[in-house]
Amino acid sequence: MKTVASRETRNLLQYPYLLWSSLFIVVPLVLVLWYSFTTPTPTGRYEFSISNYRRFFEPVYLRVMSRSILLAFEATLICLALGYPAAMIMVRLGSKWRNTLLLLLVLPMWINFLLRTYSWMVLLGRQGVLNQLLQWMGLPPQSILYSRGAVLIGMVYNFLPFMILPLYTSLSKIGKEQIEAAEDLGANRFDVFRRVIFPLSLPGILTGTTMVFMPAVSTFVISALLGGGQDMLIGNLIEQQFLSTGDWHFGSALSILMMVIILIAMTVVSLTDKGKTFEEGNLW
Amino acid sequence: MSANGKDLIIRLDKVCMAYGGHQVLFDVSLEVGKREFLTILGPSGCGKTTILRLIGGFETPTAGEIYFEGQPFSSVPPYKRPINTVFQKYSLFSHLNVFENIAFGLRIRKQPEGVIKEKVSRMLELVNLKGFEKRSVHSLSGGQQQRVAIARALVNEPKVLLLDEPLGALDLYLRKEMQLELKNMQTSLGITFIYVTHDQEEALTMSDTVVVMNQGRILQKGTPEEIYNEPKNVFISKFIGESNIFEGVMPQDGEVVFCGKKFPCVDRGFSRDEPVYVLIRPEDVQTVEPQSGLLKGKVQSVVFKGVHYEMIVRENGHQWMIHSTKSLKVGEEIGLYFTPEDIHVMKRNGVAP
Repeated sequence: MKTVASRETRNLLQYPYLLWSSLFIVVPLVLVLWYSFTTPTPTGRYEFSISNYRRFFEPVYLRVMSRSILLAFEATLICLALGYPAAMIMVRLGSKWRNTLLLLLVLPMWINFLLRTYSWMVLLGRQGVLNQLLQWMGLPPQSILYSRGAVLIGMVYNFLPFMILPLYTSLSKIGKEQIEAAEDLGANRFDVFRRVIFPLSLPGILTGTTMVFMPAVSTFVISALLGGGQDMLIGNLIEQQFLSTGDWHFGSALSILMMVIILIAMTVVSLTDKGKTFEEGNLW
Repeated sequence: MSANGKDLIIRLDKVCMAYGGHQVLFDVSLEVGKREFLTILGPSGCGKTTILRLIGGFETPTAGEIYFEGQPFSSVPPYKRPINTVFQKYSLFSHLNVFENIAFGLRIRKQPEGVIKEKVSRMLELVNLKGFEKRSVHSLSGGQQQRVAIARALVNEPKVLLLDEPLGALDLYLRKEMQLELKNMQTSLGITFIYVTHDQEEALTMSDTVVVMNQGRILQKGTPEEIYNEPKNVFISKFIGESNIFEGVMPQDGEVVFCGKKFPCVDRGFSRDEPVYVLIRPEDVQTVEPQSGLLKGKVQSVVFKGVHYEMIVRENGHQWMIHSTKSLKVGEEIGLYFTPEDIHVMKRNGVAP
């Protein structure tokens, strides 16, 4: 049976989505914007102010921001370094092994993010599996948990699939023909990688990078659980403003700044791509 | 021109090839001369592309050896072979523009920028794509992409150019034009071309030598005229051109019996009363008055084909296809006439027509 939806039906079908996105995206965004540009007056009213934004430029908060960006950048780089070879191996494997590996890669995502991060506390803790292993080998125990390194491990572990999957997609799209053509024209394996495989996988690299960087730069769970709150990240700072300090105005301003920074980063990324390979496996 | 007595560039010696237990080439031996335009012709799946991939270095033969200028060649990787390929699907680099696609091989060999510029623009001129340097390969038509693929291969000045059905995706007009262009390029550049196609007309038009293949074996090698006029067996005669094939017997050399009559012919070297197949090309049969023909028949159908009329004539239970520039009427009684030279006798070799 073939039914062709009429133009009116199709137009009607978009309303639920419009309603959904205005209720849960536009309205909260407007509220956040409103909070970020207001301060409470002693009389219990609100007045327009940019003091929330100005406060962000105090050294304490700038340090939190740069720490977040640096940590997210490092996590992205490690994910890329680990993910690229992994994706290349997966593309070359037979379909049976490839599907098994893909499944293993996605499997942890069926478990709650929080639980996965908690389990790393068990692994890295003072009496954790890792330290017991070290002691069994006669080595002194290390305090890995509640350190910058633990946060980095948590980020890489949680976000690595977001790097591998787009890389895998774009690498698997490179036909054998283009590689053979390059070999035919005198390219050895290194040339083939540098001049054909790598440039053709750029869309995957860009997508993977944004998909890891974005959640890494704004995370607060990983740093709270594995970092022990020692090195505060921008995500923790925002969480703190809303949940403990109760300064929703400053928290909102931080959130807006966060968004602006991510948007700028993504614009830069998409400009690098020059919009020519957007149709494939791409986020933007 | 056969490769005999000329400088050889490539020689295949009893090459066998199998993919996962499935054999696709059986003891293929082939000699290719310098500056030769050799075409490998055969139906799809006959192993012709495999031969090209073996010469290009993308596959290693399971048995036998390939020699390049006398040296064993099988273990040389593709990037070290002075051979370039124009692939069936062009396989252009989608991330590079036209200029960079053509410059690819030169950049790999680290040629200076000035040389690259000069060579690429000379190539663009040769393939008629001047002004397309900055264009993306996606924006080109099939014919243009095909010419980029040719330029990308030729710019490296290979000793041998392999072409894998490069005109397959083009329309008839463009194909004819490119056939001429390719032939001209080959003559003016003096490069050996090994061309693979399933299009018999293409093979006959361009080649110095045609190699006909079927089911992983070479059936015949010769000039286009030899292949067309003296096909070795029924498969070749049916694959190349239209043909009338009849069962017959050779009572002795210079004499053949078919369609119930004895005819003089020029074929020799058969044993007494050997059963044979007789080939007569449709364009070699002349239509004459019923009483002056060698055989009599009745016109069954007439189809206009542009250059000629294709007519089916029924003669005593045999069907004759005749190509003629003058049209006959359906139902007309006519005589069929041909000379001893028009008759070509083939051994049976167990091949059914």
